[in-house]
Amino acid sequence: MKPAAFDYNKPADLAAALHALSGDAKPIAGGQSLTPMLNLRLARPAALVDIRRQADLLKISEAPDAIRYGAALPHAAFEDGAVPDGTNGMMRHVAGGIAYRAVRNRGTIGGSIAHADPAADWISALLALDARVIVQGAKGETAWPLDRFMLGGFTTVLEAGDLITGVSVPRLSPSARWAYYKICRKTGEFAKAIGAVVSDPDRGVFRIVCGAIEVTPILLEARSVEAALAEIDSRLADHAPAARQLYKTAMRRALEGLGETSA
Amino acid sequence: MASTVVEGEGIGARVRRKEDARHLMGRGRFVGDIQIQGLQEVAFLRSPIAHGHIRSLAKPQGQEAAVFFWSDMASAVTPIITRSTMPGYKLSSYHPLAHEKVRYVGEALAMCVAASRAEAEDLTEAVTFDIEELPAVTDSEAGKAADSALVHEEWGDNLCLVTNFDSGIDEVAKTAPVKVVREYRTARQCMHPMEGKGLVAYWDFQADQLVVITSTQVPHLIRTGLSECLGLDQSRLRVSPPDVGGGFGYKCLLQPEEVAVAWLAMTRKGAYRWVEDRREHLTAGANARQHHYKVTAYADERGRLLGLDAEINVDIGAYSVWPFSACLEAAQAGGNLPGPYDFRAYRARTYSVATNKPPFAPYRGVARPGVCFAIELTIDAIARAVGRDPADVRAENLVQAAQMPYTNVTNKHYDSGDYPGSLAKAREMIGLAAIRERQKGREPDGRRIGVGFSTYTEQSAHGTKVFAAWGLPLVPGFEQATVKLLADGTLEVRAGIHTIGQGLETTLAQVANQALGIPLKDIAVKLGDTASTPYSTGAYASRGMVMAGGAVSKSATELAGRVKRLAAHLMQCKPEDVDFRQGRIHAGEASLSFADIGKAWYLRPETLPEDIDTNGLEVTQGYKPDVDSGVFSYATHAALVAVDPDTGMVEILDYVIVEDCGQMVNPMIVEGQAYGGAAQGIGTALFEESPYDSSGQPLASTLIDYLLPGPTELPGFRIGHMETLSPYSAHGIKGVGEGGAIAPAGAIVNAINDALQELGAEIGQIPATPERILNAIFAAQPKQAAE
Repeated sequence: MKPAAFDYNKPADLAAALHALSGDAKPIAGGQSLTPMLNLRLARPAALVDIRRQADLLKISEAPDAIRYGAALPHAAFEDGAVPDGTNGMMRHVAGGIAYRAVRNRGTIGGSIAHADPAADWISALLALDARVIVQGAKGETAWPLDRFMLGGFTTVLEAGDLITGVSVPRLSPSARWAYYKICRKTGEFAKAIGAVVSDPDRGVFRIVCGAIEVTPILLEARSVEAALAEIDSRLADHAPAARQLYKTAMRRALEGLGETSA
Repeated sequence: MASTVVEGEGIGARVRRKEDARHLMGRGRFVGDIQIQGLQEVAFLRSPIAHGHIRSLAKPQGQEAAVFFWSDMASAVTPIITRSTMPGYKLSSYHPLAHEKVRYVGEALAMCVAASRAEAEDLTEAVTFDIEELPAVTDSEAGKAADSALVHEEWGDNLCLVTNFDSGIDEVAKTAPVKVVREYRTARQCMHPMEGKGLVAYWDFQADQLVVITSTQVPHLIRTGLSECLGLDQSRLRVSPPDVGGGFGYKCLLQPEEVAVAWLAMTRKGAYRWVEDRREHLTAGANARQHHYKVTAYADERGRLLGLDAEINVDIGAYSVWPFSACLEAAQAGGNLPGPYDFRAYRARTYSVATNKPPFAPYRGVARPGVCFAIELTIDAIARAVGRDPADVRAENLVQAAQMPYTNVTNKHYDSGDYPGSLAKAREMIGLAAIRERQKGREPDGRRIGVGFSTYTEQSAHGTKVFAAWGLPLVPGFEQATVKLLADGTLEVRAGIHTIGQGLETTLAQVANQALGIPLKDIAVKLGDTASTPYSTGAYASRGMVMAGGAVSKSATELAGRVKRLAAHLMQCKPEDVDFRQGRIHAGEASLSFADIGKAWYLRPETLPEDIDTNGLEVTQGYKPDVDSGVFSYATHAALVAVDPDTGMVEILDYVIVEDCGQMVNPMIVEGQAYGGAAQGIGTALFEESPYDSSGQPLASTLIDYLLPGPTELPGFRIGHMETLSPYSAHGIKGVGEGGAIAPAGAIVNAINDALQELGAEIGQIPATPERILNAIFAAQPKQAAE
């Protein structure tokens, strides 16, 4: 379980990084998903482009309606409150529940999104928050909603030469409430089911996400517990009853818990 | 019977482990740490196909000298063939590299050598092969069918061995008022030692011999096995085990990789290393625990077990491992299913069914985690059938203390103990009465709580007759140990058993200390190396402390006598007036150090009398218990769980172990064995599973898919000790290595079923995953599933 040979380079700036990525290359930041894929030889790029310490990818820019986080920020920065938060604590809560602390120290928000494991936390949480994935590529910069960025399990719109540079997360109103409930077989494992909810009446936002299905998490149309459970039953009709039960339970508990997580 | 605090460092003392310092400082020496000039790394190309004919295999151009197939070694190497005297047992040839056919995903096809492991793996990718895929056998039940594909065509079926035992069940079956019928399944598992298999092999020109530094539990057996496979004289073969990062049975066998890499070193006269990686372990090493039971139990109206009728199927994988064979598991299962219970009507048919999976190996507990699960769930099912508390029914069915020694229906001779006593103590520690009260109310979080018990016996240090009766090609006999007092008064203890993390460097020193009083810091324990230790079949079957402990005790006692006679001369007294205290040798007011004795013997023999015993200060003695059918440890485990009926998730709220391993040599090590074993047992109960699809592909090839319990999944174990000395072994010691792993699945699933009782749901398959628990609830309450 050793990787195939690859070249390693550490570009001086973002422009050089983007240039290096135009060939058969993969960016590596924390390496928490890519390294196992390399060792299993499921990923075998000719070159790795180390972007972990790119200043542009560690930047945070605050606007009145959103905060943009650099893609190479580790989960631990969110968990520790080392970055500003516009989500009434939702991102901090979600970050603190990702895998184990060792993974959170190195793993990055951009890397998690790029890997697009359907069971990963950021995918579902950021969809509920209606965040945008900022992708820099040959065609310039594109801001993708999560459910359009992700084409399916482990598949995204990213093409050779593309790099996720950041995530833009809308600021919630002070009165906004959120809930995030996940079911894991054991601490630190990928979730079997995720229910993520953001309720921000002042901004007219109410988003319910059912996540950790094999494909892109789904944004439900339902607006009540009963309707959400019924919608899961109908939209995930091809899942086994036990699996559906987990999605419904995560969703019910998220919605029922909504009141308890207001700021 | 309660354990008392033992002063000093001898038997019974709670002393810290001598070996921990190097491991805590990262200074252990494992296979991966070894450095030898010119050492080459080996990687194996493994079959991606479960079952097929090898049509072609080709080496990459220009790299022919670095790639090896079976055809390269066929003229010099004999495949691993495990014979057995069991009637009807069928032989398999387990080739170190596949020959003609592949029979499981992960079977080695080619061996590739390079300067680094990564480059060796590059070579494996460059080997081209064509395998004509055959239908795979992936289930023991389907494998028994007349139209099944055949793992070994020459067998005519997939049955490596079928056994029948019947003490006479017909009468009970006709007359028993209560009949309980159940089916149980246990998952295929990997053993997951922290360090996988691995070895370094090189040719030692000075000694003119092959040196094999292999991560093994059984170095002396590996010498025998390699000698047979390689046709190399044992005198030219040294097996020198390094630190071993856990064994659990995974390393008590001759590994095909050991044969292949040793052959390389023998024929190329170079140095080679192979280290199993986690992916190899998860696929090629998924070799344990998979049983399928069909059980009918007969009882009276009070739940008294009258008879048991069982069909036991073991999914043995593709080949028979050496020396324990593919059929030890079924032999142990059939013989141990009656467990600690007193009943006389028993029928068992066992089927060892070959499948296209890795060859079955004996994992900590060997069959008993499975049989304990089956019998313990059956006892609870009987209790529910007669409407009584399972703890009461269990207590009445256990062999009672007054019946000891007790020979059970399968001729297991339980030497000593108070089985109901351990259950009573566990019941009190877990607080059964309070739990039953609590169950009358509702839990505030909507979960349901349940309590479960599991009582087992652990045959340990079973000896010559037992292994011979299993028909194995290699039978343990006597255990020997050497003790040697050196000139400076320090002591060397040498034994052929190996340390695999179980603390033998400490406990064997404690046994020597008991006889001589030499402080542990002055005792060096050297284990396993065939060049310097007496023959031992090794560390398995919970035999180390009983057998090697007995041998060290005997040798140290003999040495103590010799030291006393020398001391008596030097102190001008009688040997019987000499005793050992505070690490010195005393006679009345006079005293000597052990260094004084060492010095007199080695350096100043002129101070000794003419008629001195010339055998000196180095003693090797052999040992075997008075009765060597095994000494039986036992324990009761009790689990309190909370089951979330909406998710099927289980949390262990409390876990109690009440164990009796006879005389404890070091209670901290006994507790560590109990906790570590129980942690593995919790993995068996709730998490660990290597599923296969119908084409024989393993579906858990990374630790994302194969869940191991971590610290957050494990309860804070609470332990109670009982110490019923064995009448047969030195110091009354019984083995303790395996027991912890035996009981958890029974206790936990009984607790889950207790929690689910109100819902009418019951499970009989492990691991008890959320999905299985939810499906059981759905089956009991079809309305909920439809919602």
